[in-house]
Amino acid sequence: MRPAHLTARGWGWRHAARRDFAVRGVDLDIPAGQRVLLLGPSGAGKSTMLQGMAGLLGGVDEGEEEGVLLLDGVPSASARGRAGLVLQDPEAGVLLARVGDDVAFGCENLGLPRDRIWPRVSEALGAVGLDVPLRASTSRLSGGQKQRLALAGVLAMRPGVILLDEPTANLDPDGVGEVRDAVERLVDATGATLVVVEHRTEVWADLVDRVVVLDPSGGIAADGSPADVFRREGDRLAAGGVWVPGHTPHLPPLQVAPGAALLRTDSLVVGRGRQALAAVELPAVVRSGGALAVTGPNGAGKTTLALTLAGLLPPRSGRVVAEARLAAGAADDPARWTSRELLSRIGTVFQNPEHQFLAAQVADELAVGPRALGLPETQVAARVEELLERLSLARLAAANPFTLSGGEKRRLSVGTALASRPGVLVLDEPTFGQDLVTWTELVLLLRELLAEGAALVTVTHDGAVLDALAAERLVLGAAAPVGEPA
Amino acid sequence: MTAVDAPPVALARTNPVAKLAASGVLAVALVLSLDWVSASVALALELLALPFAGVPWRRLWRRTAVVWLAAPLTGLTILLYGQESGTVHVDWLLVRISDGSIELAIATVLRVLAIGLPAVVLFLTVDPTELADGLAQLVRLPARFVLGALAALRLLAVFGDDWRALELARRARGVADRGRVRRFAGQAFALLVLAIRRGSTLATAMEARGFGAPGRRTWARPSRLGGRDAALIGGAVLIAAAAVIASVATGHWNFIAGR
Repeated sequence: MRPAHLTARGWGWRHAARRDFAVRGVDLDIPAGQRVLLLGPSGAGKSTMLQGMAGLLGGVDEGEEEGVLLLDGVPSASARGRAGLVLQDPEAGVLLARVGDDVAFGCENLGLPRDRIWPRVSEALGAVGLDVPLRASTSRLSGGQKQRLALAGVLAMRPGVILLDEPTANLDPDGVGEVRDAVERLVDATGATLVVVEHRTEVWADLVDRVVVLDPSGGIAADGSPADVFRREGDRLAAGGVWVPGHTPHLPPLQVAPGAALLRTDSLVVGRGRQALAAVELPAVVRSGGALAVTGPNGAGKTTLALTLAGLLPPRSGRVVAEARLAAGAADDPARWTSRELLSRIGTVFQNPEHQFLAAQVADELAVGPRALGLPETQVAARVEELLERLSLARLAAANPFTLSGGEKRRLSVGTALASRPGVLVLDEPTFGQDLVTWTELVLLLRELLAEGAALVTVTHDGAVLDALAAERLVLGAAAPVGEPA
Repeated sequence: MTAVDAPPVALARTNPVAKLAASGVLAVALVLSLDWVSASVALALELLALPFAGVPWRRLWRRTAVVWLAAPLTGLTILLYGQESGTVHVDWLLVRISDGSIELAIATVLRVLAIGLPAVVLFLTVDPTELADGLAQLVRLPARFVLGALAALRLLAVFGDDWRALELARRARGVADRGRVRRFAGQAFALLVLAIRRGSTLATAMEARGFGAPGRRTWARPSRLGGRDAALIGGAVLIAAAAVIASVATGHWNFIAGR
């Protein structure tokens, strides 16, 4: 394959439904074979820029274009197949039921003869190190494997430029490593031009030659070698939410003194439906003012365990026992509590915030819990007011929750659980895919909750979160699940 | 989809388009008349052919259970409320069982079985990807339509997970104790919002792989009709013909359009 070069001249794009341009005034030359990390604060239009390079922004009915964006000297939209794009959500990249068919899909669309497709499929799967049969089911793959599958699907089309939109944001540390190594191998082997967008720069910093920072007010804020840009722009980037090497947040060590037990497990085995997923052999205890972190590889049953501790799923066998202090008059089995009893005792923050939104406005969303508890309207209003301030959502009080940014949605989803003041807060991957700004806000909020005596249970891969919350670890293994209080 | 993991059976090696054609032939022949002769001849011949499908009995029972249940229920409805003729045996409120409704009920039970059983057995082994290949390459349906539907089908499993998460989230939010109907409506709307979002991401992912690009699309997996497929369609035509001829010859043929 022949590496492609990219040229932008005064380029900008405004989505049809928006008033402001997503990107504007970009002048950029990326020579063939260069490896570029594209950065910028949330809302700087990085994804739009990538979709523009991939020629996927569509025609005049989808938005308004300014200037030109060229791939090998022709408008990118007419160079289909020269650019290959991998998206952030591993679930979104899988198109067909079998691995081989999925990789072949792009080649078919390019009109490649059948006898040339299958050798390319095998070659692409080899290049990304995905060693599974062609007939293997795509739904059984892990997140990291799905992203490598998407990469193979792109690679089989032999693109001149590979575009990656936060390809590792939703992956566990193993998945991140797998994908990064696969990308490195294939750009080394093919010499293709590479443009990556990612908040977590440390993953890509030593693989790219150049860092370009988009300015949210238009144009380019910084451009140069990784070391150069990180040195000159590090503080500004970190303030804009980018994880820059050497600019990780320094939090004072947390003084925790976990108090009384609120929840404990007894020979607990969790699962969904008839399928048992994980066993917690040693009793795990959730204490007031303490954090319990559930860790382990993908598919180990972490979410299922968290939802079981949260009283949302019944255990397969064994028990989750609520101590009298938490149960406060209700039964000692959280799975048998009514929805309303659960509300003031255990709050849950789901992995996907959109799953838990119920109202059409942010303020109403926060009021759902207090209202369900039957609090008088003055108290409901006071709690909503307080949370809007605390979560910096006050100016969005009337906005629709679905229209918020990723970080705002995450804060709101935590707020909906806090509104009913539960004794235990269960969070599923609260920092997944969050930029540095949201990450720091969240961690500070969780530390405040600990100081106030709440108990936290959090599913996480994020070592920095574990440290910041001084969390006790419950490690689930893929093969032989064991409880392992640290 | 389940078909990917299903153990191979003899029928799995026939082209899905042939299965579609075979069940179509039987269905068309059997809905043209409402008599019991054509239905019972077709059902008898189908039961004789069933062992050749190679589906293990246990699996066959499990998957066809819905047909065995639906048939008598449909029959019962016709028996109680069907068009009356001949002697009336029971007359109670709206219920009126007559010679005519008894005959019609038996014919209907047989007909549901004769159409439903082969359809279920044939589609038991249909792999959605192979069906899409066949529909595009043999039936020449537009690729955009066929592949769009195929990719959307994969999302169904994701929607199932979404639905379960929405349900748990409503319990966690304290609103799951009352208002079942209203909650269901709200949950359905939330799923719709998520579905639209997932759909548009899917479209982007497909376009990112050159879907919809100008020029002719090729197909990595050939879809052909062979001897096995011809035999399947031929068998269905023979059963349909035998059923119609037997019915006409015995004077029971009762063409629906002519009533």
